[in-house]
Amino acid sequence: MISTIISKAIIQGIPLLFGSTGEIITEKSGNLNLGIPGIMYMGGSCGVIGAYLYERAAETPSPFWCIVIPLLAALAGSTLAALIYSFLTITLRANQNVTGLALTTFGVGFGDFFGGSLTKLAGSGGNLSVKLTADYFKTSLPFAGKCGAFGEIFLSHGFLAYVAVIIALLSAWFLKKTRAGLHLRAVGENPATADAAGINVTKYKYLATCIGGAIAGLGGLYFIMDYTGGSWTNGGFGDRGWLAIALVIFALWKPNLGILGSFVFGGLYIAYSYISGLSRSAVAIFNMLPYVVTIFVLILTSMRNKKENQPPKSLGLAYFREER
Amino acid sequence: MKNNTKQHEPKIHVAKRGGMVWYKSWGIRAAAIVLALIVCAVVIVLLTGYNPIQVYKAMFSGNFGSSRKIWNMLQQLAMLLCISLAVTPAFKMKFWNIGAEGQTLVGGLAAAACMIYFGETMSPIILFPLMAVVCILAGMLWGLIPAYFKAQFNTNETLFTLMMNYVAIQLVSFFIVFWENPKDSNTVGVINRATEGGWLPSLFGQKYLLNIIIVAVITIAMYIYLKYSKHGYEISVVGESENTARYIGINVKKVILRTMALSGALCGVAGMLLVSGTDHTINTGIVSGMGFTAIMVSWLAKFNPIMMTLTSFLIVFLERGAGEIATALQLNESVSDILTGIILFFIIGSEFFVQYKISIRKHKKEER
Repeated sequence: MISTIISKAIIQGIPLLFGSTGEIITEKSGNLNLGIPGIMYMGGSCGVIGAYLYERAAETPSPFWCIVIPLLAALAGSTLAALIYSFLTITLRANQNVTGLALTTFGVGFGDFFGGSLTKLAGSGGNLSVKLTADYFKTSLPFAGKCGAFGEIFLSHGFLAYVAVIIALLSAWFLKKTRAGLHLRAVGENPATADAAGINVTKYKYLATCIGGAIAGLGGLYFIMDYTGGSWTNGGFGDRGWLAIALVIFALWKPNLGILGSFVFGGLYIAYSYISGLSRSAVAIFNMLPYVVTIFVLILTSMRNKKENQPPKSLGLAYFREER
Repeated sequence: MKNNTKQHEPKIHVAKRGGMVWYKSWGIRAAAIVLALIVCAVVIVLLTGYNPIQVYKAMFSGNFGSSRKIWNMLQQLAMLLCISLAVTPAFKMKFWNIGAEGQTLVGGLAAAACMIYFGETMSPIILFPLMAVVCILAGMLWGLIPAYFKAQFNTNETLFTLMMNYVAIQLVSFFIVFWENPKDSNTVGVINRATEGGWLPSLFGQKYLLNIIIVAVITIAMYIYLKYSKHGYEISVVGESENTARYIGINVKKVILRTMALSGALCGVAGMLLVSGTDHTINTGIVSGMGFTAIMVSWLAKFNPIMMTLTSFLIVFLERGAGEIATALQLNESVSDILTGIILFFIIGSEFFVQYKISIRKHKKEER
């Protein structure tokens, strides 16, 4: 029973983990990308589109291409979305909040439009569903079922779940231990100083935002393939994109804390269904919890004012070398 | 070494403009919109294969096709404008309040509470002022919480206000459980359908006219407030530089709190107009993303309340127009979000050409 809850919490948490890891990398470069919900939508919908087109085109879809095509499609879609954001905010120095919100509008619209009417555009009608591909994505280790609770918690997931954890750990290592990571943090803290030290600010900002976007897009793909089993419903992704941004704060801009945080958030997301006798009004209060907790973390970190737990200093500001 | 620096000299040089004549800057923005419309047309043709002129015609008739459509369009315009006006003073102060969605929602929640508990018993002369006060207080509270922590501890207001939106949404679904009608439907339904208690009255037979007049008054008041009042001046000084503001003796904390209180209060008014003046019900989606769209409307208009009527018209026109296309072509309504997104990208991008001057260096050697 408990192992089922934990396993479910992990499934809920993985999309958030992808999203928050991507957003942490992005924010470390000083870009507050509020387009993450849109980017995750783009990633998910592009993945589904890729899978759908391949399943239609191929007579006997091979497992290899069933995995690779949606994966590449999702990465391409979300990177492209992040590229739009990067071009507008970095090259054209547009306001980050406005650009991000516009990107979310666009991305959600894109996802719901193609997810909702792809089958109609393709002329077959019906609901968009790529169950075959989703089954490949969900394939877990064959002996997972035999390992009891341990197997259920740790081994029963599709490969993307492990990718999420590995990416988060790698990002934590990258930000903390490598020279490029140090440069990236410098860009986010004080781009003028970084620029003076010979760091290519534009390059770092572009790369961080695009790679961050690509990672976040995988969250959308995981949601569609593993969580919903390959069927698209408009608006099904819900507020998970914003929750991912909340998770960034909750994890204090540390991807390794994000792993733990995502499972906590995932647990909070489903906790109500495991507490018996909970009225519907209590469920609403339960759903409020992740946000309330995030607000408390945000307040506490700003009150304690500990240097290593702060948002990047230049977060949300465009950098222009010639400005003062 | 000298050789090296020459090689690295960029071909394109970007410099900030000192200022631009208004007709030039608006010309650039207009050009961006035209370009965006062309791109949208291409997208529509690629997606549907329809003639773009027909599509734009359909968009036009979606807004102006009948007097009912015009009234609905004006109503939607008024609501978006009201929330845009609400976020504007905070933005001018560089306080990134992206919590207008939540602030409006709690305002609406307060209005719904007044309608449910007092709508049928209290006389309208007392009810409406009471409702206005409660809604304003609710919105104000939602705005003041992040403002307090921003002023006191410099807590990041963008993230704080964003989170407050979802707290508000869950708060509304909490109350819906108590107010639901009929039982177990999980919706509140139209409140006081029979008696119309607590509904804002219609003027001259037009149910939305009162909303529109209220918003028009707020627009003018906000224009005067920002441009000619001492408060408005303090807001722009704090927005330009907090240090300067402190130096000339402005109490920055007080300005932040006061401005966010105003911002939240106006959102509360918008919530009241939405619930008591428009939908007569409450649900979590009643603001329908306008809190976020308002940010773009306000920013596109350069925080000028009069210009905001134009920019919010642009957004509403697109949304309603795209809705019309969607029904006509039996497409998903989300196509309007795609088009809005594309147009916003272009306008956002065009600001660069207003703000900066680009010159291409030709005679590198002569310069030296």
